[in-house]
Amino acid sequence: MPLGLIGKKIGMGQMFDGGKVIPITLIEAGSCYVIQKKDIDRDGYKAIQLGYGELKKPNRPLRGHFEKTKVSPKCILRELRVENPDEFEIGEEIKIDIFKQGERIDITGISKGKGFSGGVKRWGFRGGRASRGSMFHRAPGSIGSCAIPSRVHKGKKLPGRMGNKRITTKKIEILKVDMDRNILIVKGPLPGHRGSLLLLKKTVN
Amino acid sequence: MPRDVITEVLKDQMRNATEFNPGDTIKVTIKIVEEKKARRQTLEGVVIKKRGSGSSATFTIRRLSHEVGVEHTFPLHSPNIEKIAVVSEGKVRRAKLYYLRNRSGKATVKVKQKVAKKTT
Repeated sequence: MPLGLIGKKIGMGQMFDGGKVIPITLIEAGSCYVIQKKDIDRDGYKAIQLGYGELKKPNRPLRGHFEKTKVSPKCILRELRVENPDEFEIGEEIKIDIFKQGERIDITGISKGKGFSGGVKRWGFRGGRASRGSMFHRAPGSIGSCAIPSRVHKGKKLPGRMGNKRITTKKIEILKVDMDRNILIVKGPLPGHRGSLLLLKKTVN
Repeated sequence: MPRDVITEVLKDQMRNATEFNPGDTIKVTIKIVEEKKARRQTLEGVVIKKRGSGSSATFTIRRLSHEVGVEHTFPLHSPNIEKIAVVSEGKVRRAKLYYLRNRSGKATVKVKQKVAKKTT
């Protein structure tokens, strides 16, 4: 039963593992509610829709959507593909106890936007020497040959927009599940800024 | 707000309760594990800096080892630290005592005005 949750990145800290310091990320993975079930006949695929976070002023279509569920309106709705949507009930609360300590999960988020970045930052180009008469600093350099292709190859690594992309970090280890505070502590960094939305899923394989 | 939450959640990570300040001379007993054998070592030195907050705070002591100044930085709440004992309190005017590095010789590296006990 692949299951997931919607959460928020709180920030990073560190914990001791024996004498070693390990980097950790705290996630507030609040109570999610099953809002809707999608099935093959009606929707063409099987999924459940999860809601997270309170929505203060639902518009009319959304009000109707939530009235069916008897759950207060949620501001974030995400779908989760499941094998059998009928295992869930509409309005059912899903909490972080679906995850266990030591388990590995996949976490998806939107990475921090870096704006229009050059090749050195974006692709790890080495760049040139800064001083001593060097006339080549951080420019991309040659981007291909001359008359033979007469074009730039597709996918050529060039400067451009970096970050602000959907990133999934896989097999993140769970170090602690704090049921009282709805907080999950995982090892290592996660995409996105503090307070950014995260989608937590059980690692499939 | 998020910072407070982190501090709150990681409270159980904070082990050390001994209070000391830069300028104090302290004795740090550390546990060293070498090939499954644990031994203890006590280092005595002057605290030259404390930094960070919550469970990630660290401190640095400076001491003389064979007449060479040596600095050790430890995470304040490391489980490898068994004990911190304050030997004497120092009276200093700044938080980071980097100026001790510029001194030479045994006496000067460690010289430190001890708190003049004001008994009033």
